[in-house]
Amino acid sequence: MTNQSLMDLGAHIAAKLGGDVLSTEVRLGELVLVVRRDALIGVLTFLRDDPLCLFQELMDVCGVDWPNREERFDVVYNLLSIKRNQRVRVKLSTGEGVPVPSATDLHPGANWFERETWDMFGILFSGHPDLRRILTDYGFEGHPLRKDFPVTGYVEVRYDDGLKRVVYEPVKLIQDFRAFDFLSPWEGLTDVMLPGDEKAGVVKTGSNP
Amino acid sequence: MTAVVDTQEEETPIKTYTVNVGPQHPAAHGVLRLVAEMAGEVVERADPHIGLLHRGTEKLIEYKSYLQAMPYMDRLDYCAPMAMEHVFVLGVEKLLGIKVPPRAQYIRVLYAEISRLMNHLLCITTGALDVGATTPALWGFEEREKLMEYSERVSGARMHANYFRVGGVALDLPAGLSEDIYSFTETYPKYIDDLDALLTNNRIFKQRTVDIGVVSKEQALAWGMSGPMLRGSGVPWDLRKSQPYDAYDQMDFDVPVGLTNDCWARYLVRMEEMRQSVKIIRQCLEKMPDGPVRTDDHKVTPPKRGEMKRSMEALIHHFKLYTEGFHVPAGETYTAVEAPKGELGIYFIADGTNRPYRCHIRSPGFAHLSALAFMSKGHMLADVVAMIASLDIVFGEIDR
Repeated sequence: MTNQSLMDLGAHIAAKLGGDVLSTEVRLGELVLVVRRDALIGVLTFLRDDPLCLFQELMDVCGVDWPNREERFDVVYNLLSIKRNQRVRVKLSTGEGVPVPSATDLHPGANWFERETWDMFGILFSGHPDLRRILTDYGFEGHPLRKDFPVTGYVEVRYDDGLKRVVYEPVKLIQDFRAFDFLSPWEGLTDVMLPGDEKAGVVKTGSNP
Repeated sequence: MTAVVDTQEEETPIKTYTVNVGPQHPAAHGVLRLVAEMAGEVVERADPHIGLLHRGTEKLIEYKSYLQAMPYMDRLDYCAPMAMEHVFVLGVEKLLGIKVPPRAQYIRVLYAEISRLMNHLLCITTGALDVGATTPALWGFEEREKLMEYSERVSGARMHANYFRVGGVALDLPAGLSEDIYSFTETYPKYIDDLDALLTNNRIFKQRTVDIGVVSKEQALAWGMSGPMLRGSGVPWDLRKSQPYDAYDQMDFDVPVGLTNDCWARYLVRMEEMRQSVKIIRQCLEKMPDGPVRTDDHKVTPPKRGEMKRSMEALIHHFKLYTEGFHVPAGETYTAVEAPKGELGIYFIADGTNRPYRCHIRSPGFAHLSALAFMSKGHMLADVVAMIASLDIVFGEIDR
């Protein structure tokens, strides 16, 4: 797929859908559409049925957490067209507790992916038939892929031989989780003037051995 | 639990009841807990409970540099570990925009296909075991062990190889390995023929698989299926052909397509894929070019050992690479490969640092298992076992 044909496709979709598509972009040979949250179903229906698109397969739904943003979550849909051999990525943003329309009526395969997104990020999907947790433990609290959820979690389990069952306890770490910051302070310092740099461009006059 | 089914007026009404299959059950292919609502022997509703092997791979990868995150990929689909590494390195290479030397591409394709053989051997033979055939599993695991040995000889580990690297592979093939793999490709088709003779037209095997777990083409597309599941439903779609990566565009192979949409069709597709994989492995070995196996961009790959001892620059590169790692420019990508089980995708968001901001793994088994609910409706419980086998699920990748 060339970038030009992807851009043409993006322009076609944006022209047909008008204000529902907030932006189209081709990066690294991939077409990305940012859409309005409440227009999602219309967009996905169009992408599935339009003869130039035919994105019949919804391969993946996932969330992304940007805690510093006002609407902190992105929901990302990756679609595949087998007939046209193309991919497109549809993105929308949502806030905590703001539901996203569920795509399960259009693509039944979205069911588990949306359940996973709910489980991992706490993003709600309205109209989902069965929005239960899927990957985490029964009775789990919190949404582990949020950036403010610690990587060690809050509870740990062990088998208690006295009680003859598995017990849940708060995490006790012998050593704190070590998040090393290896980032070099020099990396990315490309346009900073350090003392002495001003001499670099000066043409020398006279010979100085 | 309250539904009452009247079959005939004279007969006693059958109450539906709930059967809990697994999570520890040999036919569950791992830790699948299946809660099935039964009317007699017939499944009314099947609800797979997954997540018993959830290790938080995606979360852990966010806290690791790209190099450190590699070993987690092996542990996803531990039946075809190198196929999992493949998608990771391709995704990062796309973000970095680096080219891989041809020899490294061939080695990767070679091992991706060896992984495919390992996976299909496991899938077919244990699937046959689930419906009552013991011998294929005994034979198949012997062949599988040979393939694991090739993995061990190149990486030091039978399963969790951690062999692919961003920018190439970790090491070149050791002396004599290509010849041994080539001689394997000469004996292996005999095994496929034997397996074929044992299973394909076996009356019991066909009774257990023909017309079981039928997935129409429309259903397969709607449920996001891929790989042998999609091809078994008559869709000629293979990412190795349609969106070739690494050296697949230089390989000559066919894509088998099933005609009957059932478990048997998927079994036949996998059998033919094994033959095609052998063909690809041979082509890789015959056409393997000489040259480096890693890109010489030492911001991404380590310098040679000898060079490191003499050159200060190389030493700095080595030190930086193994402490800080390499920086990936900000961007995002969804990269997919044709893993043995189907489309394995990875969605990366890089923020310019040495760690991924987000790494979502789209595993084929996850989408396939979600379709079990509709596939099993109205089938006997024993047929659900055959369906699970033909879905080719491995919980390492489903639960992540």
